[in-house]
Amino acid sequence: MSLLEVRNVSKSFGGVHAVKNVSFDVKEGEVFTIVGPNGAGKSTIFNLISRFYDVTEGSIKFDGNEITSLKPDEIAGIGIARTFQNIELFDHSTVLQNLLVGRHTKRKTSFIENVLFTPRVRAEERAHRRAAEDVIEFLDLHAYRNKMIAGLPYGVRKVVEIGRALACGPRMLLLDEPASGLSVEETQDVAYWIEDMQKDMGLTILMVEHDMSLVTQVSDRVLALNNGEMLSMGSPEEVQSDPKVIEAYLGVEDVT
Amino acid sequence: MRIHFKTKYDDDINLFEDGRKLFWYVLLVVLAILLPFIFDEYLLGEAVNVLIWAIAGMGLMILAGHTGQASLGHGAFLACGAYMEVWLQNKGVPFVLSLPLAGLFAGIVGAIIAIPALKMSGIYLAIATLAMGVIAEDVIILLEPYTGGIDGVYVEAFTLFGVEIDRYVSPDKFYWTCLGVVIIVTFGYANLLRSSTGRAFMAIRDSEISARAMGINVARFKTISFGLSCFVTGIAGGLLAHYMGAFNYEAFLILISIQLLLMIVVGGMGSIHGAFFGAAVVGFLPQLVTIVRETVTTVAIPGLDMGIFALILITIIVVEPTGLYGRWMKTRIWFELFPLARKDMFRRNKSYLKTERMK
Repeated sequence: MSLLEVRNVSKSFGGVHAVKNVSFDVKEGEVFTIVGPNGAGKSTIFNLISRFYDVTEGSIKFDGNEITSLKPDEIAGIGIARTFQNIELFDHSTVLQNLLVGRHTKRKTSFIENVLFTPRVRAEERAHRRAAEDVIEFLDLHAYRNKMIAGLPYGVRKVVEIGRALACGPRMLLLDEPASGLSVEETQDVAYWIEDMQKDMGLTILMVEHDMSLVTQVSDRVLALNNGEMLSMGSPEEVQSDPKVIEAYLGVEDVT
Repeated sequence: MRIHFKTKYDDDINLFEDGRKLFWYVLLVVLAILLPFIFDEYLLGEAVNVLIWAIAGMGLMILAGHTGQASLGHGAFLACGAYMEVWLQNKGVPFVLSLPLAGLFAGIVGAIIAIPALKMSGIYLAIATLAMGVIAEDVIILLEPYTGGIDGVYVEAFTLFGVEIDRYVSPDKFYWTCLGVVIIVTFGYANLLRSSTGRAFMAIRDSEISARAMGINVARFKTISFGLSCFVTGIAGGLLAHYMGAFNYEAFLILISIQLLLMIVVGGMGSIHGAFFGAAVVGFLPQLVTIVRETVTTVAIPGLDMGIFALILITIIVVEPTGLYGRWMKTRIWFELFPLARKDMFRRNKSYLKTERMK
């Protein structure tokens, strides 16, 4: 059963065709990775799914429902959470507060109740706090719980961002280059977490990543893009050995 | 240095992290309640002024400090609250109702103004709100039947729970009324900050794009922020009306709006304490300057306190962008860690480049 269906999606910015006629399915419980050189349209696809961009043509269905007419702030509510390529955390808040913002779609109290802090709000806060603690436990963030984001090292911020997306309680997670700028050890941690999220939490993961060792380690299927067009799709090994992919990354061998 | 061992989630949710903190705040409130027995009438009047500025400062802090939307025209909402309070009082509405209604009126006006303002950010929002502050002066003059035009209005003593309260006849009772309002507003503000609405505001301040990705309806929460901010400022306006007794449009010149913003910058953006620190500076600085000046010369120097205020403001922006509250926190931590504090402990980390492509 496909959780996400992308059908013939195109996106142009004026005369620039960032994504041309791309179709793919992401099955429930699968780790699906999009690879490609810079400017291939990977992040554009992410922004189309999270509705920051409108599709020029085509359709995107999540769990059987068309999402191309939803607003960006409605996406988290239907079960899609994302991270950003260049960390977009709330810098002047603590790690815990960042995770709690992730619980926003689960709130049931109005702002007036919030101001009065009724017992219902307290009960809700406790539930949010517990959910955030589960994420902290899963990602080993105990040491940073009450630290301000502004003072944290880059690697930890990357993890907090994954945590914030997890706190949303999503069905599908969009990870935009989760390993960029991380050390080998940190990348390995990310690989384990992705495996755990897939196997233990039953999450579907759509990922954009350049680090091929991480891609081959965790991905079930890989889609290679170049200049907004689909080059190749299949298992990580198939895609890596596809001559078209090699050509896009390394160029053609000059035989003369 | 004290370490808190948290054993329940409530330890993170409660307003006071431990009994020690609660004790200090209770002591502060008790001292504030006893103030009329310590201060003479004149100083008590100044203390009321500080309290009213603190409420107005908290109002603006919700919007500017926590939601990241600058407003250079908040004096207009102060005016909304003040004139509405006078109008309601003259209609015979009891104070317990008229003050919240005056705030509500300012809040609704603010929420309506928020609708076009939502599309703007940064410098454009600042200019738009500045324009609003300037227009407010003319609107007050034009709405003569309600505002008394250039002549202004005056408000008589009000009754609260059967007790007649007048700023001049019973300054202590008026002070306690203001103190009560301050405590209620502060409590509500602190509640807001520890719940999902407050977190949504801060999310919008730090990264609108990511707030959206987390499911926050940015337009809706900006409107709520504008509304709450103007509500609180309107309440301050209502109290200000009673404090001034008689006033006209000149009480709400654009300078008031700017002073309000500068006040919370001096106090420390993004904290409730900042509004109080800022209000104390704005309220007591002129008296302090006069006292110091009189030891040198008896001749009044026009513009001296404004000049000194400007100097303080520039010093704070350059040396301590987190304001007086930030300095206070650093000093406290320095003493708590003594002698282990390091010089570069508070050096701000270089912030990482944010993605520009979707803005």
